[in-house]
Amino acid sequence: MKAALSWIRDFVDLPADVTVDDLAARLTTLGLKLEALEKPGADVTGPLVIGRVLTQVPEPQKNGKTINWCTVDVGAANGTGEPQGIVCGAHNFAPGDLVVVVLPGGVLPGGFEISERKTYGHLSAGMICSARELGLGDDHDGIIVLPPDAGAPGDSVRDYLLLDDDVIEFEINPDRAYALSLRGVAREAALATGGAYTDPALRQTPAPNADGYPVVIDDLDGCPVFVARTVSGFDPAATTPRWMARRIQHAGMRPISLAVDITNYVMLELGHPIHGYDADKLTGPIRVRRATAGEKLTTLDGAERTLAAEDLVVTDDSGPIGLGGVMGGETTEISATTTSILVEVASWNPVAMFRTGKRHKLTSEAGKRNERGVDPTIGEAAADRVVELLVELGGATADAGVTKVGTAPEQPTVTISADLPARITGMEISAETTVAHLEAVGCRVDRASGSSELTVVPPPWRPDITDPFDLVEEVARIVGYDTVPSVLPPAPAGRGLTSEQLLRRRVGRTLAGAGYVEVLTFPFVGEQAFDALSIPEDDVRRTALRLANPLSNEAPLMTTTLLPGVLEALARNVGRGTTDVALFEAAPVTFPHVGAVAPILAVDRRPTEAEWAELNAALPDQPLHLVLALAGEVELSGWWGEGRKAAWSDAVEGVRRVALALGVEVVVRAASQAPWHPGRCAEILVETADGPVSLGHAGELHPRVCAATGVPVRTAAAEVNLSALIAQAVLIVPAPDFSTFPVAKEDVALVVAADVPAAAVARTLREGAGPLCESVRLFDVYTGAQIGDGQRSLAFALRFRAPDRTLTEADTGAARDAAVALAAVRHGAVQR
Amino acid sequence: MSGPNSSYDPVQVTPLGEEQVWAMRDQALAAVEAAADLDALKQVRTDHAGDRSPLGLANREIGALPPQAKKDAGMRIGQARGAVNQALAARQAVLEVEAEELMLVTETVDVTLPWDRSPRGARHPITMMSERIADIFVAMGWEVAEGPLVEAEWLNFDALNLGADHPARTMQDTFWTEPAENNVVLRTHTSPVQARTMLTRTPPIYVVCPGRVFRTDEYDATHSPMFHQVEGLVIDEGITMAHLKGSLDHMLAALFGEGVVTRFRPSYFPFTEPSAEMDLICFVCRGTGHSVLEGNGEGTCRTCRGEGWIELGGCGVVNPRVLTACGVDPDRYTGFAFGFGIDRTLMFRHGVEDLRSFFEGDVRFSRAFGTEI
Repeated sequence: MKAALSWIRDFVDLPADVTVDDLAARLTTLGLKLEALEKPGADVTGPLVIGRVLTQVPEPQKNGKTINWCTVDVGAANGTGEPQGIVCGAHNFAPGDLVVVVLPGGVLPGGFEISERKTYGHLSAGMICSARELGLGDDHDGIIVLPPDAGAPGDSVRDYLLLDDDVIEFEINPDRAYALSLRGVAREAALATGGAYTDPALRQTPAPNADGYPVVIDDLDGCPVFVARTVSGFDPAATTPRWMARRIQHAGMRPISLAVDITNYVMLELGHPIHGYDADKLTGPIRVRRATAGEKLTTLDGAERTLAAEDLVVTDDSGPIGLGGVMGGETTEISATTTSILVEVASWNPVAMFRTGKRHKLTSEAGKRNERGVDPTIGEAAADRVVELLVELGGATADAGVTKVGTAPEQPTVTISADLPARITGMEISAETTVAHLEAVGCRVDRASGSSELTVVPPPWRPDITDPFDLVEEVARIVGYDTVPSVLPPAPAGRGLTSEQLLRRRVGRTLAGAGYVEVLTFPFVGEQAFDALSIPEDDVRRTALRLANPLSNEAPLMTTTLLPGVLEALARNVGRGTTDVALFEAAPVTFPHVGAVAPILAVDRRPTEAEWAELNAALPDQPLHLVLALAGEVELSGWWGEGRKAAWSDAVEGVRRVALALGVEVVVRAASQAPWHPGRCAEILVETADGPVSLGHAGELHPRVCAATGVPVRTAAAEVNLSALIAQAVLIVPAPDFSTFPVAKEDVALVVAADVPAAAVARTLREGAGPLCESVRLFDVYTGAQIGDGQRSLAFALRFRAPDRTLTEADTGAARDAAVALAAVRHGAVQR
Repeated sequence: MSGPNSSYDPVQVTPLGEEQVWAMRDQALAAVEAAADLDALKQVRTDHAGDRSPLGLANREIGALPPQAKKDAGMRIGQARGAVNQALAARQAVLEVEAEELMLVTETVDVTLPWDRSPRGARHPITMMSERIADIFVAMGWEVAEGPLVEAEWLNFDALNLGADHPARTMQDTFWTEPAENNVVLRTHTSPVQARTMLTRTPPIYVVCPGRVFRTDEYDATHSPMFHQVEGLVIDEGITMAHLKGSLDHMLAALFGEGVVTRFRPSYFPFTEPSAEMDLICFVCRGTGHSVLEGNGEGTCRTCRGEGWIELGGCGVVNPRVLTACGVDPDRYTGFAFGFGIDRTLMFRHGVEDLRSFFEGDVRFSRAFGTEI
């Protein structure tokens, strides 16, 4: 809401010492937040006067333009009284016209300083101004031509142009719809400053009678009140006076024609939407009803709308002539020839307005007010004000008929305990203060003697006040939110972070310590992201939750994998020259439950256990995933020698590190899963009491995937279900029990077929070596001429230790031999 | 000087003369002194103090001497050997120091050579800020509550007093999911976690809920379809707006330093009543709205865009209608709630110019913030 200060002053007697900045600041503390303060005149300084064009000589220029060499009478404003020579590029004027002249020494918005200067072969001493040049709107069709009665040459034109009217723009919250009007803003300004307030809606109006235009309401719930007045003899050529146009502009609307401007002006003034019909285009009585589904109406914006059964329509014998409360229809629109006008001031059901606006994607100044609720008691005043202005400015004659159908609904009564504001705000607020402040906002307050209960009837312009706590806010804001004391609440001893929360932090810290940088990526993807990862059509990851209104049609799905986002970030880093990069993201992904419906439950009670379970069961699974991605070198090349390139094994190792940080030992086996290289993909599992649980995959990305996602070839990546991994975390680690006897070491090299997994051989050795074996570690893998084709040699270091004695060579030799023997049986291993 | 006595026949042994012993000693001492390095000294030790050195052999023969001669010779040879061993030890110490010094000199390296072998990892500043804020409240005894990002419409709106026809629903541009009749949305705020918490715990409730939220905002320098909020909720007996202010003041002092100035101004949220907007005085321009960077103080402060105040977020007393829908007795309990943007807080706390920096994943951005914030 934007309001010109002069207009606010029409209804509140602002104390002289209150500046516009003060006023805006005080209104902010009352709840009308200052959004912007416009001081249009502040950017225009120096002599700005009325000039009369004396001569105008068009002079075509080489560049194709024609300029006008003018002499302008500016009275004594130039100090000489001689005509002023000015070059002007506009053509919408003639000798004798009054124009706006800024003389040398003046400054226009943008710091544009005016001086005498040589141009087009003349000495131009000043400028003839357009509206835009003065910051008076975007109209740049030419210079401003003033009406003959605007004043005499040399007079200052600032006041005439209303240049110095400051404009305050407020942010109006949905509960303060009354402040979408000067009536409301001025009321708040009176509260803020103590200035006397005049309610513009309080006016003597002619009583409703039977002579008015016939109106029938079929749906009093949708339209409780309909007031209609008519005028005739309106002069369609009459123009909107400058002050009105300026105020409408200041409010952020566009002046259109006098009749329309008057309805808009009164809407801004009183907050009640008004519609004007060309009365000569009406046929038969006006009827308000719900539309029949499929009925058509072309609204003022030229759009043909198909109506729904819920829409409220204003009709006459011809059918719908307006979408009630939202927008009028084209057939009865006020035009350049309209002389008879029917003024409609109807009050509408806010919910119906909201739904109709949403259904037809229509936002209008009227709809905005109607859907938040307007004062249903001021219809007659608003209609009378419109009629007054049509008569005064448009030469119309008010018809005697006054139609009023329906009555404004009764205001609800709210009962509160007088100490409620004090109890809720923690401020010291007496019962007297509470009563006084509620009355100040327009409430009627009854307090039975000796009772602590207040019976409050909110004013009709405050449909938002329905509950006791609404009244608390009204009292508190006037007492002043800045006086709310600051007191720490006495929280009971808390339990700190949950294990899961602590473990998640541990994951991030572990990875950051291992050189990974965390990224946060958007979850929005399209099918093409899954295509890029070569995810098969029947893969569960293809079943993604679809957004009804995605920001981009390219990305309408909630992702089931974090890889697209992380790989995009990786590619971006590489593109920006960071070629050695390791990233991770830990975030939820979404697996929808197709067909599940989350019920809209009652709000007047707690949901039942069954309802609560149904609601939660309808939500998608949203496990936390962890993605790692690496490219370039994980150990850089340098003066120390060659670095080490990121490889499939780094991705596996990254997951293993995270698992170990959580106290979880993972096992790895070969797998073939998109988007990984089928020969370089590890499935990562954890052994549980219920058998192995798959956590995800790690390895080198498929070369085709690298190409499709734009990451470097051989980029390594992992994706695991972090929720599942965290669920396996060992929360209380049992203390280790280890022997202090000397260690005995044995190395064995085994030749096995190349497709025998090293991890399997290691597990076998461990098993075969028996309880004395402390660890088995693979330290070399050899393939080559010394062993056969299709074979490889795996060299393991075995460590033995007994809990109670120093082992002998015979002990360790026997254990080693048993290990090798088992490997021979299981894997056909031959010791080298 | 007697040679080695192969037969060990004591009768044939004649005691060594005093002169001879001192001569052996002096020879040994000279050799010790002449030893130039530890290897040479080792040889000296063998030659002059070992079992087969002259003094060593002499020592061996003592046993074969007659009693009186045995005592004299024993004393003499003992003295001589003692002197030699002492000298050896002293020389050993000196040579060891020399050797070590030499080693240290020869092993000198250029310590200015870089060792930037492993690129540095980092956590995301939003993660770190979320944790930091959570920790401030955990230190006061609060707990951290969480909820899903894809949420039931009822929890995101209805339970929070935002019925289907509430105009304020349009204040939050919501991502809806298909099919529409499933009533599932991307949560537009962290407030559904409030409702979840009330429905799954019993008062007193003191929780904060940091997390991701989504709105259909076009992605630009100050808007993002995904951003982060932290929600606070307290439900207890006798809770007032003063407790709300106290909690937020405490948090802001912890984040921005003691002495931060805040203000409450009336606002509107369906789930709180009374509602307030919490502003923080701009800590760059101290509320003047003028730039401190441009010398004459005429420019506009970039942090608060000249307003002098930074909008932090919304808060208020939990609307009793919300308590009712969430199964909390509104006659017994009152509560407060607040919510503000983590991304925004980071932006003005650290001077982040463009919101998109958080979501591009450029490692140079996150690395700059280190591992705690």
